[in-house]
Amino acid sequence: MRHFLEFEKPIAELEGKIEELRRTTDAGGIDVADEVGKLRDKAQSLLRTTYAKLTPWQKTLVARHPDRPKCLDYIRGLISEWTPLAGDRAFGDDAAVVAGLGRFRGRSVAVLGTEKGNDTESRVKHNFGMAKPEGYRKARRIMELAGRFGLPILSFVDTAGAFPGIEAEARGQAEAIARSIEAGLDAPVPFIATIIGEGGSGGAIALAAADRVLMLEHAIYSVISPEGCASILWRDQAMASTAAEALKLTAEDLKRLALIDAVIPEPMGGAHRDPEAMLAAVARQIADCLDPLLPLDPATLRGRRRDKFLEMGRHAVA
Amino acid sequence: MNWISEWALPKIKTLFGAPREVPENLWHKCPSCEQMIFHRDLERALHVCPHCGHHMRVGARTRLDYTMDPGWQKIELPKAPADPLRFRDQRRYSDRLKEAQLKAGQEDAVLVAHGAIEGNRAVCAAFDFSFLGGSMSAGVGEALVTAARLAVLQEAPLIVFTASGGARMQEGTISLMQMPRSVIATRMVKEAGLPYIVVMCDPTTGGVTASFAMLGDFHIAEPGALIGFAGARVIEQTVREKLPEGFQRAEYLLAHGILDMVVKRGEMRATLARIISLLRMPEAAAEPAVLGGTIALPAPEAGASAVQ
Ligand SMILES: [Zn+2]
Repeated sequence: MRHFLEFEKPIAELEGKIEELRRTTDAGGIDVADEVGKLRDKAQSLLRTTYAKLTPWQKTLVARHPDRPKCLDYIRGLISEWTPLAGDRAFGDDAAVVAGLGRFRGRSVAVLGTEKGNDTESRVKHNFGMAKPEGYRKARRIMELAGRFGLPILSFVDTAGAFPGIEAEARGQAEAIARSIEAGLDAPVPFIATIIGEGGSGGAIALAAADRVLMLEHAIYSVISPEGCASILWRDQAMASTAAEALKLTAEDLKRLALIDAVIPEPMGGAHRDPEAMLAAVARQIADCLDPLLPLDPATLRGRRRDKFLEMGRHAVA
Repeated sequence: MNWISEWALPKIKTLFGAPREVPENLWHKCPSCEQMIFHRDLERALHVCPHCGHHMRVGARTRLDYTMDPGWQKIELPKAPADPLRFRDQRRYSDRLKEAQLKAGQEDAVLVAHGAIEGNRAVCAAFDFSFLGGSMSAGVGEALVTAARLAVLQEAPLIVFTASGGARMQEGTISLMQMPRSVIATRMVKEAGLPYIVVMCDPTTGGVTASFAMLGDFHIAEPGALIGFAGARVIEQTVREKLPEGFQRAEYLLAHGILDMVVKRGEMRATLARIISLLRMPEAAAEPAVLGGTIALPAPEAGASAVQ
């Protein structure tokens, strides 16, 4: 069963009608092919116009859509010989962070990501994509491993943020995130990060201090959730939509602000309506970004990566 | 320091209200023990409560005065674009920023200075929590990168005094990107073979903690300072547990291996000077020193190297 978002209600109603008509036909009633075709055109055009002008808050909801392809979907679709690795070698393994080795278009790569899960069981298993210190320490370990063996790093970011918990704080959540950012910045190999859904604050940048940061068209990337921002600055969670607007958290805005490198267009109606097409588009964009980075030596890669981040926020963008 | 100013006046004030000839701001109430402290006594005690030892928050300028030798010089910082997102909540961010700048007499939350600490050359960056909560803006990133570059240029250690509520929400993802940017600043200092020391003051939270603040060669904190990543309220709402006693306080972090030491404000200058000189003047003959009431024992080889 398809999960419709609140603003998709008119589309849901049309699709419901189409379904009903088709059932009538199947039951041996009158032929309604014409009517179904017309309704389908109408639904498609409504979907197109709705998704062409999503507000930042609507994009936030799409970015968090339960059916949206998750980190492991990208790994299953894009990476062959997937070899997951585990543990931070100090405390434990954190399933919120997925890390391992595999091949992307034939080339060995290290892969990292935050996994939210796609049903109740897997969501709990992956702690809803909210990592603890051991998760960021695993990420750092894999980035260092990639550096030692000259493997490019690909990351897939989808997280509401780092897990806020007593144990996480006691084990040095802040230090783990800081070290993970540092490992990304220091990596002597090409590093491409893709924000596939929610890029939530420190938990996202921990896996995205990369040469190229790509963002899906309806993904968001923000220093705080719109709800959190609304409750602090407006003292009212109901202002989340206004906060989403003000935070400039959409791919389009962040590209304009030169905080990300490229926007990957989504299939009509969002990634969840055609995951196969989405995966193919992401693979193409990653390959396009990776190719020119491969011949660069470690010092050049690191130097350019640093220069890019050092410029962020220095220039006013109209 | 006399009986009248120390004890009688505060009591009289609480009983009868402030006498007209004594302006209210001559007396400070300790936020911890709630006792009254005469302003001159408070300044003499470096804004540490003489009754309970509570370390009160101080501004960036005061912090530098308390730590650096007289004659430290403030560094002019490159200007970051003001209000890059044209952010407006209940008020315009540009208005909030202007107001903070006027009040503080500085461009943003961090002051950068060069000078010396007990004769040891040093570059210092100090956060001012009263400036929009010491939050991380492009201007703050600019200050940290400038401080790092200056330290490298002067071959001086970099010492950062943090006090921050975390992100500058009104600068959105630009604020978030100051995390990698500030991490690069720490790399510059370390790659030049220079010490990078972080002194965490109350409070140090969020993105500041999860970036440059946790990457020091040395992590020092003032007693009782609140230090952490996530806010206590967010944690309580998430885990629905009561937070342990002293959670996210300097002493708690020390016990959990996140800090090297908790140092009282009055001993900060000497501690920093000692660390810098241990690292930078390894050949200097040292007298057995008495510090903080304990005798610092020389390392086994110390005698031998001192003879050379
Ligand atoms: Zn007190």
